[in-house]
Amino acid sequence: MLKTDTPAVASSQWTAVCALADIVPDSGVAALIDGQQIAIFRVGDSDALYAIGNHDPFSEANVLSRGIVGDLGGELVVASPVYKQHFSLNSGICLEDAEVSVPTYAVRLCDGIVQVAL
Amino acid sequence: MNKTKLLVVGNGMVGHKLLEALVAEGAAAQFSITVLCEEPRAAYDRVHLSEFFAGKSAADLSLVQGNFFDDHGIQLHLRDKAVAIDRAAKLVRTAAGAEIPYDKLVLATGSYPFVPPVPGKDRDGCFVYRTIEDLEAMTAWGAKSKIGVVIGGGLLGLECAKALKDMNLQTHVVEFAPRLMTVQVDDGGGRVLRKKIEQLGVTVHTQKNTLEIVDGAGLGVAGRYAMKFADGSQLETDMIVFSAGIRPRDELAPHAGLNRGERGGIVVDDYCRTNDPDIYAIGECALYQGRIYGLVAPGYQMAQVVADQLCGKTESRFSGADMSTKLKLLGVDVASIGDAHAATKGALSYSFVDERKQVYKKLVVDENGKQLLGAVLVGEAEEYGTLLQMLLNGMALPDAPEMLILPLSEGTSRPQFGLDALPAGAQICSCNNVSKGALCKAIDEGCTTLGALKKSTKAATSCGGCGPLVTQILKHELKARGVAVSNAICEHFPYSRQELFHLVKLGQIKTFDELITRHGKGRGCDICKPTAASILASIYNEHVLKPKHAKLQDTNDYYLANLQKNGTYSIIPRVTGGEITPDGLVAIGSIAKKYGLYTKITGGQRIDMFGAQVHELPLIWRELVDAGFESGHAYGKSLRTVKSCVGSTWCRYGVQDSVSMAIEIENRYRGVRSPHKMKLAVSGCTRECAEAQSKDFGVIATEHGWNLYVAGNGGMKPRHADLFATDLDHDTLIKYIDRLMMFYIRTADRLQRTSVWLENLEGGIDYLRKVIVEDSLGIGAELEADMRHLVDTFECEWKKAINDPEVLKRFRTFVNSNEVDPNILFVEERGQIRPASEEERRMRIGNIPVVTESGH
Repeated sequence: MLKTDTPAVASSQWTAVCALADIVPDSGVAALIDGQQIAIFRVGDSDALYAIGNHDPFSEANVLSRGIVGDLGGELVVASPVYKQHFSLNSGICLEDAEVSVPTYAVRLCDGIVQVAL
Repeated sequence: MNKTKLLVVGNGMVGHKLLEALVAEGAAAQFSITVLCEEPRAAYDRVHLSEFFAGKSAADLSLVQGNFFDDHGIQLHLRDKAVAIDRAAKLVRTAAGAEIPYDKLVLATGSYPFVPPVPGKDRDGCFVYRTIEDLEAMTAWGAKSKIGVVIGGGLLGLECAKALKDMNLQTHVVEFAPRLMTVQVDDGGGRVLRKKIEQLGVTVHTQKNTLEIVDGAGLGVAGRYAMKFADGSQLETDMIVFSAGIRPRDELAPHAGLNRGERGGIVVDDYCRTNDPDIYAIGECALYQGRIYGLVAPGYQMAQVVADQLCGKTESRFSGADMSTKLKLLGVDVASIGDAHAATKGALSYSFVDERKQVYKKLVVDENGKQLLGAVLVGEAEEYGTLLQMLLNGMALPDAPEMLILPLSEGTSRPQFGLDALPAGAQICSCNNVSKGALCKAIDEGCTTLGALKKSTKAATSCGGCGPLVTQILKHELKARGVAVSNAICEHFPYSRQELFHLVKLGQIKTFDELITRHGKGRGCDICKPTAASILASIYNEHVLKPKHAKLQDTNDYYLANLQKNGTYSIIPRVTGGEITPDGLVAIGSIAKKYGLYTKITGGQRIDMFGAQVHELPLIWRELVDAGFESGHAYGKSLRTVKSCVGSTWCRYGVQDSVSMAIEIENRYRGVRSPHKMKLAVSGCTRECAEAQSKDFGVIATEHGWNLYVAGNGGMKPRHADLFATDLDHDTLIKYIDRLMMFYIRTADRLQRTSVWLENLEGGIDYLRKVIVEDSLGIGAELEADMRHLVDTFECEWKKAINDPEVLKRFRTFVNSNEVDPNILFVEERGQIRPASEEERRMRIGNIPVVTESGH
């Protein structure tokens, strides 16, 4: 699923990452694309996908893909597994400290394959 | 400025309270304080002296916090006592020959046990019960005895009988009066008390006047002596403890010209001053309005009054004290309030006796039935707090006062006096002198749990008698403040963990999705998901990495390893009871070496291997499993380790095989998931090398079995475990741990260790004992069955994981690449790896790291 607010991306920029089935529902995986670490989350049993940076700015470790996915006040979030700050899956902004954010990326499902555009 | 020289004679409970009160008022520095203590050790808790026989040490009983004397510049002279006061020179002479000058002198000399002038009273094996030295002598003699007699059936005598029973002696209590506890209890109560105590195996002899102690028929043991009574009967015994009342230690008074009562005691006024305005007397040596107060609470009040006087708060005065008391004697609840004997003119009484349950309750009211005058409670004393407040505050009785003591039928409740009617000055905790006002103030300052309130005010922390009332006040005040005490665990569920547990169990809910659909809202979060996962595991024990559970797990449970600061994980294989073979050590060593892991011994007697990346975990575990290891569950909120000392197998002092017991316990409860981690330990003797008293559940060997401790904790807020049960046999020990652990799992809050859980448990350890030992809720069998299910369904999570291709697929650092995380860098320190610091990482990224993860 293409997130509705994702700007149009040229087809050549999409990188295939994995099959949808490789991501356990309501969890994340890390992908390495051009030396960048991306955390990709599958929310619910559906094919709703979100991609943010894997780097946790608080612990300086590449671990956000391993956080627990959920919602806080209606906002979809992942909790850092290190110090438990929450990052919006839509905006990448940290809920505990709005000054801190992680990058977000376009992600879509194409013929059962998860694709990310940097 | 010259400091005022303050000399305190005596460092018992009351003398020490005075020092603490001065420190608390911030006044200790204004004085140059000297303390004389004739005993070889500083203040200790004499009220709980009998616990010495149930495993407590002299150190456990100490009332001295840390380096109290040094920290506050107080000079303590142990093993020296005052022998004379020279009022003219204002100095005190000591037995050691010192002359200590004073500006202000406080006598806190206490009392001594009265020993009736019976011929034979000075024989070996005749004791009194007052100091730790007395107890040590009793223990030594008790070890070569079979029968023990206590002379005196009062409060202290019955405490002492418990001590003899704890030493496994055939125990007798000999009382001159026709009933036990003459002062506090009436005939009816005395009868029930006697029956209860006799059921516990203590033989009670009343109306016995001991004339003489002579040689007995027994040779060596069992009948060394014979006690001859006035009625012609006799009783054979090996040891005798006199507990026939106390007498004030007032011997300094007459020579110093201080007024003394006709029957002893140093006469004091409302300020606890003697006839010399610079000399005070407090505690059991003081005589106030013709009365000696033999309880600790009034002594504490006197100490506070004198501390106030010394600090210039002249309005503070002593005006007598209520002698109501509630205790547990040989496990029997006994309470006496006010005019227990209905001695007041025109007094009327109500009583209730249940001979089957052996409960006796009596109310004494005034002739109009409007005011409570006194009460006696034997066998059950839950109403103590309420009745005492009614008496002390002169509250009006309900129309049917009998309802206050009659048993409740299903669905009814006792008439409550309005807590609003209780004045702010009402003293709720007499041990620590905490008023209702002080409780309310602490609640205003943010103490919204029983645990926090106890910690902040000290209420209900000594005898615990006021615990139920403190809880009522807390609830009432929170409600009055409109504080909706939300115990919802997060925004997705309006329930506490305990409530969720019951919803899951009763509703047979098997998945988080079902739980949130039926009882919650939204998608869940990192609070409720792991909580639900833990509850599901505690009830059904399915593998945590089953697809429906995996998404709920915190990263530690998801990867079955412990996340460290740089995103790598550490691995701890189970080393049951801390016992490991040389081959096991070699295997761990070679595996750690092969994968370049940092190794460290944990506090729980295991080996932790650090620095593994996600993709390495299954490879490492394949090798560990092949070498015979299983998951140590160090990553879970679950049983961690059962630490042990080497025990009787090797140790010269061990009395039981602590290693075998620890291994059995660890194998029984391994993998059990709980509200928070659980640590256990087993020590093979009272030297306690396994530090079991700092564990959630601790076991210490005795010569007769095992003592079980609960709710200890190390860490940030250390807590000494409470002794839960003594001398248990193997099966009973396991049964109690089964029940305790399951009850904790059912009722604790999320991430609440047993220490905080117990602090907040209404009714505390007594209630816990009722539930577990007496099965008062009738859930004992259910708790055991639930635990049995967990024990029977145990499987090693790692053994299962490495054989499940679906699970193994998730152990990848990158889903689309076999590269490793380039951000994870190590440097070498003391021959092992450690994570590179931020600066080291900045310098090295792009260059060649010092230690690379390669070669496997």
